[in-house]
This record gives sequence, structure tokens and C-alpha cells, in this order.
Amino acid sequence: MKEYRTIKQIAGPLVFVEKTEPVGYNELVNIVLTDGSVKRGQVLDTSDELVVVQCFETTAGIGRDSGVRFLGEAMKMPVAKEMLGRILSGGGKPIDGGPEIIPEKRLDINGAAINPYARASPADFIQTGISTIDGTNTLVRGQKLPIFSAAGLPHNDVALQIARQAKVPGSAEEFAVVFAAMGITKEEANHFMADFERTGALESAVVFLNLADDPAVERIITPRLALTTAEYLAYELGYHVLVILTDMTNYCEALRQIGAAREEVPGRRGYPGYMYTDLASIYERAGIIKGKKGSVTQIPILTMPGDDITHPIPDLTGYITEGQIVVSRELHRKGIYPPINVLPSLSRLMNLGIGKGHTREDHKKVSDQLYAGYAEGNDLRGLVAIVGKDALSERDRGFLEFADLFEGRFVTQGIDENRTIEDTLDLGWELLATLPVEQLVRIDRELIQKYHPLYRKGAQSAGV
Amino acid sequence: MLKRISGPVVTAVGFNAHMYDVVKVGNEKLMGEVIKITGENVIIQVYEATDGIRPGEPVENTGMSLAVELGPGLLNSIYDGIQRPLEVLMEKMGSFIERGVTAPGLDRTVKWDFVPVVKAGDSVGPGAVIGTVQETESILHKIMVPPNMKGGVVREIRGGAFTVDETVCTLEDGTTLSMMQKWPVRVPRPVTVKMNPDIPLVTGQRILDSLFPIAKGGTAAIPGPFGSGKTVTQQALAKWSDAQIVVYIGCGERGNEMTEVLTEFPELEDPKTGRPLMERTVLIANTSNMPVAAREASVYTGITLAEYYRDMGYDVSLMADSTSRWAEAMREISSRLEEMPGEEGYPAYLSARLSEFYERAGRVTSLNNEQGSVTVIGAVSPPGGDFSEPVTQNTLRIVKVFWALDAKLSQRRHFPAINWLDSYSLYLGVLNDWYDTNVSPEWNTLRTWAMAVLQKESELQEIVQLVGSDALPEEEQITIEVARMLREVFLQQNAFDPVDTYCSLEKQFDIMKAIRLYADLAAAAHTAGVMPAQILAVRAKNDLPQIKFTVDYKPELERVLAQMKDEFAGLKAGAA
Repeated sequence: MKEYRTIKQIAGPLVFVEKTEPVGYNELVNIVLTDGSVKRGQVLDTSDELVVVQCFETTAGIGRDSGVRFLGEAMKMPVAKEMLGRILSGGGKPIDGGPEIIPEKRLDINGAAINPYARASPADFIQTGISTIDGTNTLVRGQKLPIFSAAGLPHNDVALQIARQAKVPGSAEEFAVVFAAMGITKEEANHFMADFERTGALESAVVFLNLADDPAVERIITPRLALTTAEYLAYELGYHVLVILTDMTNYCEALRQIGAAREEVPGRRGYPGYMYTDLASIYERAGIIKGKKGSVTQIPILTMPGDDITHPIPDLTGYITEGQIVVSRELHRKGIYPPINVLPSLSRLMNLGIGKGHTREDHKKVSDQLYAGYAEGNDLRGLVAIVGKDALSERDRGFLEFADLFEGRFVTQGIDENRTIEDTLDLGWELLATLPVEQLVRIDRELIQKYHPLYRKGAQSAGV
Repeated sequence: MLKRISGPVVTAVGFNAHMYDVVKVGNEKLMGEVIKITGENVIIQVYEATDGIRPGEPVENTGMSLAVELGPGLLNSIYDGIQRPLEVLMEKMGSFIERGVTAPGLDRTVKWDFVPVVKAGDSVGPGAVIGTVQETESILHKIMVPPNMKGGVVREIRGGAFTVDETVCTLEDGTTLSMMQKWPVRVPRPVTVKMNPDIPLVTGQRILDSLFPIAKGGTAAIPGPFGSGKTVTQQALAKWSDAQIVVYIGCGERGNEMTEVLTEFPELEDPKTGRPLMERTVLIANTSNMPVAAREASVYTGITLAEYYRDMGYDVSLMADSTSRWAEAMREISSRLEEMPGEEGYPAYLSARLSEFYERAGRVTSLNNEQGSVTVIGAVSPPGGDFSEPVTQNTLRIVKVFWALDAKLSQRRHFPAINWLDSYSLYLGVLNDWYDTNVSPEWNTLRTWAMAVLQKESELQEIVQLVGSDALPEEEQITIEVARMLREVFLQQNAFDPVDTYCSLEKQFDIMKAIRLYADLAAAAHTAGVMPAQILAVRAKNDLPQIKFTVDYKPELERVLAQMKDEFAGLKAGAA
């Protein structure tokens, strides 16, 4: 293979090479340093005069005397079933001291878009055991549901609790977790690893670690490696895969860094104009394919800079993903765990996975009523601050108390507390029973008579 | 020959090209379109991924601009942004979209029963109907002389079963016509005259039909921050509006959501014919991770199909979800071209492109004197819910109806989450006559009353925020209650409830009138000295919400109204 020594310019993570033979777009590149070590990169722009290479690692040590080899193919990743239980670097190399992975297949890490016609509609309810998710923002198989959090909030604990407890009730299919860390600290990584080991989850997990001090550019490929692995496990081996990506904010920072180095025209807040398309190429790799056994479900985690949900990262993410789970600082300060604020949270696929045949017939209506009641009570809190509780009507006081109850009992649960969906819905009814029946305008009378504790008790005592 | 490759935009040299020519790029013959010419350099946007393509590979010019195939077989189809049928792509290359695969928009093997409506010796002009094909059970497809052909005298025409590319008609000058025609997507199809949009598009959605109606041939924008129920509203429109043909463009949207549309539509029954809704639908799906250039083209592909059915005399409703993704595709390509950016990085021609697109809507008399319409409903997704951003602002300058989705409402599970204070419709004036004649002369009065109550409520709410609801004057407490009923009973509509998802104009009118009755009775009772607390406690009104979920609602409604009158009579007697 021909080695070029025609590096013209090195700027940040980019290496500009001139006078090459025709080089393919997105081709993989090896840069050979004078000491013999090799750094990897990818072609970003190619023409007969100049080729721009984006280096996945730091460009430290690369000089005009370094050699450049074009490998003639896009980056491929070796995948195998043995990857389960392994810990890999953000670039896909084993770092757990174990043997090299013997590939069963080598797959293009960029994947390909799933033909919308080939997708199967997600419909399987995933029980996470967390009421605010199962009850009011239900996760279904094949969904991508991010956690919007911010610095200093326990989003990692929430993600771990989901990874630990997630299951489809009544099914015993093979389940795997693919965990990709991008730019998180060693300490956070240890926290995750310790939990995986404690619960034995590591056996059915593949972990990719790009830590805070690893090269930022490597973060561009880490989620793609993770998703390629997940797709292999899901569509070729039939696993139901849960992919946790953390922290997408670090990924986007890396994207911006490369954009700046290429002197591109920046979009909002300096992020590249193609960030939407780029994020879509990651998030859209969730789903279920007709005729294939497995599925890929994604839970990306991102920290909103300055708690700002309109920041380009959460904003563009929200446009691609099917909803979001919002972790709230206010609830966290009140000492509530998990501090999930259901008001801005949403699961767009919820209606596909709930109701008769999935969870329970009253699920949708109970969820709507809980939402409405909590929203109303929450609004009233602002009013109370001005006029005092005594100025409220009796109806309003009821809703105010309901909001407190909702946070205290429905939202709050233990870090190891695994509630079944029946528990969650019954708890919902219990709280709704504190409101006058005629205020439950979102629930049909039939359901009220069947599930409302008042009528249930009546039915029971009549039965006895 | 290719010179430079940088993502979806490539540069080629050494061949003669014209703007918007379709070219085949590289050894794999990927489809692309010329978007810029500078000196020797021809800049091409490629509709497929360009990975692995090298400088030096060949480029071939087809000499034609991007066109769609029009003819029987469009309905029931699911296409990508450049009219490749997704079903055929799946057969050819499996579950994932690989590249370099072509598939014609219309199936060449299917035979359609062609019934001529003209005979030898007849003279046919551009756009004239020469025959018909029963495309689906509910839709009669009219085969027309292409509008860009001058027509002439028919020499021979034959009926029977033909494929779309077989000749069915020969003119005296030797021109042959088949059932298929091609039309360049970026050029609007010609019409005889554009008419005033004075007939409403009935959607069955209470807030839309009653408060903010859209006319057939009109334009509307649905902006909404994410999670405010934009997609659900659009899908409800596609299902229930009284247009015969629905074109749905999923432009840069989520794969799973597209799947929901793709699996739901075929199962949906058309409420008017009892046939599957797909039989009058064309879906275009270009999800966010499919090539960005095809996303740019998808909107034009969709509107050209819509115009084609309009020319047959059908009312077509076109949903574009979302035009923001389309604008972003333009921005992405523009930035790859290193063009001088306008506002927020969008190209300076953003506004021109948007207005060109919306201007293709309208109610028209077609070249063959049929009346048809294309109603365009575009979704915009303003980043951060900020309506001041360029795409929303440029869209608002063009469209006549604005349905302001509100995240706050959706957080309270008020659906459809359309804000009744921020929304508007500029068609109210022209549609008044229609409602007078077709629903009730009282319609417009009721509508104005309802809007006034809601407006009053928002003013009162500000006071309530400061001093609490008990401090309001008595009659205002009643106003607040009436407004609450309007919001919860009338405006809220459950798209997932089999009954409530569609509400006929008559039912809309009846519900609104029932609330008005309560308001009038309450006002009268208050004048007669009944305490507001008693008025607010009238039990009959608690039964009103159930009317929405009842199919045969009239007896129940009458019972409720009778009970309401009784209760008020009782209250008045008590007060007297």
C-alpha cells in the first residue's frame, strides 16, 4: 500500500494531504509516525489536489515527516457474540486485559438507514419499574427515549436503575445492554462499572469507554461502534438490546470542535449546520425490523448546558427522538428520587405500547388524568405564593394537595424499588381518589366504576 | 469526471451541464442533480451516500431535470424523496437502504383497464382527458394529455388492459400517448385560472372547523415546539379532512413515526367509503437519516403528485412534515456550497423557495375545465419553540392560517394543543357564507361568542393570578366556568377515541350551542338572584363531556339539556 509523505497542513484534529492518487470519501486512514506508531483517521473531503483527514486520536506527534496510508474502505468494526461481557475503549479496542476479539463479521460503522417500509411498529411495553416512566411516559421496544439532565443531577442512577430493571413483562427473551460512554470522568465510569458488576449485568453487556481525558475526536466514532455492535446483536443474533449513550453533550462538543477546525460556517451557538442530520444518523439507529427477532432501544443521556432545554443539543435531540425524560433540579433539591419532572417529559410511542393487551385498559386515561391534575396543582403553587392558601377555592386546594401527594408518593421511589405496572396504576388511582369524582373529566365512567377505589371497595364489600 | 467529494455535494468537470439536470455520479451511477455551475466546475447534490466515491470517477448527464412519473398506480404507494417505491427497494436490497439501486416510480408490469372517453377524429388540447382508469375502488384516475404537449386530432385510441408505458392513443401528427406522463418537480403544472378559496376543508376537528377554518386550496402552518402534538394533529387531518386525495410528506422525520403512518394508514378505514384510507393516499417518507439531498427534493415530489390529482378535478390535501427539516436540508447543502449565509445560516433564497412552494397551493380550474384544489398544510418545528426564527417567520408571511401548537397545553394534556388565542385564520370572512348556508345561520354568531368568552377568560385569568378566583365579581365567575367548559368540552378532542376523533359540523354546532345554553341560563339565573355557587354546581353540565364519546349523541344531549333547564328552573324557584 502506498504511503504518502505529502502532509501540507495540520490544524487541530485535521490533517491536509496533497498530491495523492484518487482517494475515496469517508475512507479510513492510517497515519504512521516516525517512531512507527499508527494513528487512525477518516477522509472528510477529497479532491485531486487536497485530501482532508480527520484524525480520531490526538494529532500530537504528527509532523510533515509522517506517512499517510489510505486503506481504501470505510471504517469497519469487527463484531462477535463474544463481545458480551467485554470492556472496550472508545475506539473499539479491548481494555479489560482480555484477549483480542475474534471477529465473526466486519461491519461498516456508519450503518445504513433502515428502509421505513421495513420497520415494524414498536408495540412491546418495557417495564422499567419506575412509575414516572411506566405510568406516564412509557418506554416501548425500539424507541429512542433520551434523558435530559443537567450537571449535578442523578441521571446516571436513573439510567442504571432502568438498565437493571427493564424487562418486558411475561417474556423471557434474550436481553443485552450496550453501554457507550463519551467523555465521562473515570469516577463516573467506575460508578457504572461497579453497578454492572454488582448486579451481574456485565455478563450480558458490551461497554465502550471514552473517558474525559481520551481524545475528543474519538467520541465521534464511539456511539457508532456501540450501535454497530447493538445492530449485530439485535438483527443477526436476535437479542433485545438496550443502548445507553452518555453523554451526548460531549459528543456534540466534539462535533463542533471538528467543524471549527474545518473553518465551516457555524450554525446556532457555533454547532455545525448539519448537526441535526448527524444526530439523526445516531438516534435513528433504533428500531425493530420486520421479520427479524431482536430490537434496538436507545436511552441517550445528555446534560443540558445551563439547564436550558432550548439549547441546540437538547432541542435537536428532541426533534429526532421519540420524547424525552426530563430530570429536574427543583425536584432533586426537594430530595425527591428519581427527580423526574413529568410535565415536560413525554413518550411519543407510549400509546402504541399501553392499554388493553399491553398493560391495562385504564392506563392512558389514568395517565392523562394524573398529568392534568399535577399540572393544575403545580400552576396553583404560583398563585398560593401570592395570595396564600386560604384564598383558594376548595376545588383548588384539592388540586394543590394532589400535586404534593403526586410528588411524594408517585414520583418518589427507592433506588432499588421495582414497581410493576399494576402497582403503578393502582397507586395512580389511589392518588386520584383524593380528588372529587366529578373532577376526573378525562376518564370514562365505565373505567371509574371498574377501577376507582371508591367503587372497588363497594364492589368488594358487596361481593363479600 | 469527478473532481472533489465532500459529503452529499460533489464537484465534477469536463462535461456540458445545465442547472437542475439529473446526472449519474461515479461507477455506481448514483443519482444527483446539478445545483451550481462555476466556470468548468459543475456542483452536484447527490441523492445517495457518497462514501468511497473517488475523484476521477465518471459523471454522466441524462440531460433531463428531476421529474416524477405520473399515472395510475400512484395511490397506495410509499415513496422516498425521489419517487423510488420503498417496497420495491426493500425487495431489492433488504431492510436497509443501500445505494445505487434504481426503481421506477410506477410499476411497469401492472395492467390497467383503460376506458377511452374520446374517439378518433376528436380534437384534444393540452390537459384534455382522453380516458379513465379505475385506479382504486373509490378513485377514478383520468388520463390526460400532458400539459406541455400541444395536442391535436386523435387518429386512433383503444380501450383495454395496458401497462403504463404502452401506447393507448395516437394523434394525427404521429404523437403517441401512454397512461404515464413525466413532469419536472420544480415546475408548477399549468392551470386555466386560480379561483378564490371560499369552501372550507372540513376536518372534523372542533377547534379547526369552528374557530380557525382553512379553505380548500388554502395554506396553513402548524408550528410547534417538540412534544406539542404536531404530528398527531397532522395525522388526524390526513385521516379526517374531506379531501379525496391525501399526499403525506414525511420530510426528515422519525423512522418510527413514519412506520406508524405506514402501518396505520393501510389499516384505517375511510369513513366515507368504508375502504382502506391508503386507496386515496400517497406517502412520501424520507426520514432524517436518509440522504439530505433527497429530503430537499421530497417536498417538490409531493406537491407535483398533488397537482396532478388536482388537474383531474380532485380536492387534494398535502401535509408536509416538516418544512423546517426541508429548510435545514437547504441550509446544509448551501453551507457545503460555501454560499454566503443569510439569517442563522439559512441561505438567502430561503424565503423565495418557501413562497414558491406555498404558492403551488390553490383552488383552480384545470386545463380541462375541472375544478380541483391543493391545500397545503406545512408543519414548522421552530428550534426551542422560538417563533422568531427564520423558517417560521418566512412561512407566516405566506400562509393564511396559523394553528399555534402550544407545549404548555400539551403538558396539561389539552389536545389538540392548539392555542386559541395565538391562532388565526384569514379565511373566516370568505367562508362565512358557506357556513350560513350549509350548517346554520347561527354558526358565525356562536363562533364569535365563543372566541369572545375565551378572550375574556384570558383577561380574567390575569386578575385571578393576582387576587384569586374568589375575588372576582359574581358574573365573571360564571364567565370563567363557561370558558372552562368551552376548553374542556369543546376544544379538547381525543384523537385516540374512536368516536371523538371525528366530530361532524352538526355535532360541533350542537355542543357549542349546548354550552351557550348553559351560559344564557346561568346569566338569567344570576339576574334572578341565584348564587353563583349554585349555578356552578348545576349537575347536568358534568354530563356534557360524555356527549363527545357517544355515537348517537342526540337523545343523551337532549336529556342533559332538559335536565339543565329543570335544574335552573329549580334554582330560580328557590331564589324567588
